[in-house]
Amino acid sequence: MVNFEKEDAMIYFDKVSKKYNDNTMALDQVSFSVAPGEFVSIVGHSGAGKTTLVKMLLAEERPTEGAVFFESVDIHTLNKRSVTDLRRRIGIVFQDFRLLPNKTAYENIAFAMEAAGRTDAEIASDVPQVLELVDLGEKVWNFPHQLSGGERQRVAIARAIINQPDLLIADEPTGNLDPINTFEIIQILQKINDMGTTVVLTTHNKGVIDSLEKRVITMEGGKIIRDDEKGRYVL
Amino acid sequence: MRKADTCYSNIIMFLTNTRRVIRAGFISFWRNRVISLASVLIMTVTLFVIGFVIFLGALFQSSLEQIRGKVDVNVYFVTDAPEEDIFVLRDSLSELPEVASVSYTSREEALANFRERHKDDYLTIQALDELDDNPLGASVGIKAKETAQYESIAKFLEEQSALAKGKYSIIDKINYEQNKVAINRLTKILAGAEKIGFAVTVFLVLISIIITFNTIRLAIYTSRDEIAVMRLVGAGNKYIQGPFVVEGIMYGLFSAAITLILFYPITLWLGDVTDNFFGGINLFEYYVSNFTQILLIITLSGVVLGTISSMLAVRKYLRV
Repeated sequence: MVNFEKEDAMIYFDKVSKKYNDNTMALDQVSFSVAPGEFVSIVGHSGAGKTTLVKMLLAEERPTEGAVFFESVDIHTLNKRSVTDLRRRIGIVFQDFRLLPNKTAYENIAFAMEAAGRTDAEIASDVPQVLELVDLGEKVWNFPHQLSGGERQRVAIARAIINQPDLLIADEPTGNLDPINTFEIIQILQKINDMGTTVVLTTHNKGVIDSLEKRVITMEGGKIIRDDEKGRYVL
Repeated sequence: MRKADTCYSNIIMFLTNTRRVIRAGFISFWRNRVISLASVLIMTVTLFVIGFVIFLGALFQSSLEQIRGKVDVNVYFVTDAPEEDIFVLRDSLSELPEVASVSYTSREEALANFRERHKDDYLTIQALDELDDNPLGASVGIKAKETAQYESIAKFLEEQSALAKGKYSIIDKINYEQNKVAINRLTKILAGAEKIGFAVTVFLVLISIIITFNTIRLAIYTSRDEIAVMRLVGAGNKYIQGPFVVEGIMYGLFSAAITLILFYPITLWLGDVTDNFFGGINLFEYYVSNFTQILLIITLSGVVLGTISSMLAVRKYLRV
């Protein structure tokens, strides 16, 4: 088991439980921590509680019991404004990409910078750099519906990291992609982690986990059943 | 110095954000042009209703004026009433606060009018010529400001007549009693028509506002996932709301322009019809002479409606 003190951890879940209205236990006394710069994969079947855990981190869901800390701050005590600030420090990538359909790839990325209050000069210099990192090529002026799944996910990743977040959450980022694109997306995530960003990845893709050789937290029925350094996909 | 710097950069940021929000609104208006067109058309219908309410109000008002102008009370004097006494009564009448105007018809004028009216009726004219003296008395026509006030004017006249009875009354007859039923009924109809007109107006305007509000809400409903994404990316509520509000204002401006342009040929066409039918008011002339006022009402209605609808609709998806 990996264990950190609450003070050094970037993320710290303290006995978090979540019960939905229909009495299903999505999370059951979950405790773990993530250190800055780590690459953590969370695996488990559908309904194991991975998505609830991610939503908790983004302050989209409130825990029924326990508390979630981000850099020692209980994120569920934050006011609306501070939640917005928190979200600017966390980049998110979803399985279904969630790009703004009426904005081009470039505009989607620029929007995240605009929202964070960056200047036009910063936007003009940063966006092309990030686009190079995710290797989108000539398609920057295309709308999302004109891009393939792999390309859309690249745009989503570029958007997630454009504001240099401390934490990147990738929630099933390869769920809708073919093996080649999956491999490329995971490589991009590793590159981002190498540059110093903490990455939390949820997936149920065995190949991805086994090739990563990083920390793996395994969940089942809302509980953490394994937490291994250099783990493998065991379920 | 530091403080001044942050203050300055805050202003710069505010201006940048405002520019971005307006730009995003324009781009979104254009890229969602089908939805924009639908919203503009629906809002045009609403503004049309508001415009027609203005026109109907004007028509109604002028028709009422016309009807009111036709109602009067006449006091007929005996043929040998001295003119000075009639003038005294006329002057005291015109001093009454209820009286709008008083007109005096002398005996000679009355005769001339009578002859004019019956100029084709040979027998009557002949009979008239047989008479030595002018059989017609002078009369005073009274117009009240409100139809309901004829009652009190009539009462005043009766008192005058009664006061004078002791010696000698110059008043032959007052035709109020004959007109009373008609006047009362007209007063009631006018009051009722005003009430019904107001209720129908409020009803129509309310319905069209609700329809517009719903259309804009539907347009924004299609963007609810987008709003969720914007929030997750870390955009502030105002920054998300802004472009939608800009779009709402644009719906209002476009609809107002379309409405005002369409009113031109419509009132031109309706002008003659209303002129002949209702009398007194030509819609086209009314539109042209009150254009600034109508422009302001229509444009403001559109902009306010667009702004409020957008703000309420987006707010629904902004709750954390």
